[in-house]
Amino acid sequence: MNAPNEHAHEGVNYDGIVGPALALGFAVFIFAISFGVLCVNAGGSVPKAMAMSLLVFTGASQFSAVSVIAAGGTAVSAVVGALLLGSRNAIYGVAVAPWLPGSLKYRVAAAQFTIDETTGMTLVQNSPARKKRAFWVTAASIYGFWNVGTLIGALVGNSFDTQKYGLDVAFPAAFVAMVAPLLATRKAQLAGIGGAVVCLATTPFLPIGAPIVMSAVVALIALVPTQRKTQSA
Amino acid sequence: MTWTVVLVLSLGAFLLKVFGFVVIGDRKFPPQVEAVIALIPAALLCALIMKDTFTAGHDLQIDARAVGLVVAVLGVWRKVPIWLVIVLACAATGITRAIS
Repeated sequence: MNAPNEHAHEGVNYDGIVGPALALGFAVFIFAISFGVLCVNAGGSVPKAMAMSLLVFTGASQFSAVSVIAAGGTAVSAVVGALLLGSRNAIYGVAVAPWLPGSLKYRVAAAQFTIDETTGMTLVQNSPARKKRAFWVTAASIYGFWNVGTLIGALVGNSFDTQKYGLDVAFPAAFVAMVAPLLATRKAQLAGIGGAVVCLATTPFLPIGAPIVMSAVVALIALVPTQRKTQSA
Repeated sequence: MTWTVVLVLSLGAFLLKVFGFVVIGDRKFPPQVEAVIALIPAALLCALIMKDTFTAGHDLQIDARAVGLVVAVLGVWRKVPIWLVIVLACAATGITRAIS
């Protein structure tokens, strides 16, 4: 594969990348403020919240870890649940790697920014040059908004009575917004229902946080062949 | 939220990204592995929604948080902007608590 030249004067049209990247950034900004608030209220501090957003940099996992800790879950279940949620980034890495060739250092750096938004923006572009540009523009937008938002949320977070203002509901509300686009297929819907049922059914007797980890087992339904006559698995 | 959790999670999340991008790279995951990993977020996020709305410790309970969840689901379904979904859901729960 040719390494795409990223300079615009080569005649590549880069329209329609910056706008959508900024729009995604704004949506992420709101999640980030919520994350900062919830993180400091779950016993985090401003430096811990910032370290999470700068280093972990994968929103759903960060929310998941804080949610489990806030509920009194163990550190192990918080980390395992969050990493199971982050395993999809490995799939994204495989999907975007062909469009971001370079030295080992370059690819390791790019890997840190391989998340939902950058992958989505990269894969929808129609040329190698546009894919590479979209990846980095989106990465810059999301990383900037995510960390500035986290800082704002973490700084103001302690001044909120999270119960009084219903801010604890920012967790499930954010998760609803994150999961909705994933429920496009029958299997994803079944996985969602299954995960919900497993969580509620195991909550009374498993350690706090463990039901979240257990719910991931439901993803094994992906291995069940789909029941269609036209499809012989 | 301890520094250990923050740092282990940071390292783990980074290694997962590097594993896909650099280690697997141009090769492919077996399709079955890819299919299972692709379903994990749907299962886990729905489990998190249940935990954050209907549980308190080991108890299952329905309280003001359920009102916020209903508002969030309606908002996402009607394609309300994300920031507004979160604000409305929190407000709905906060108001329910204030009046109950």
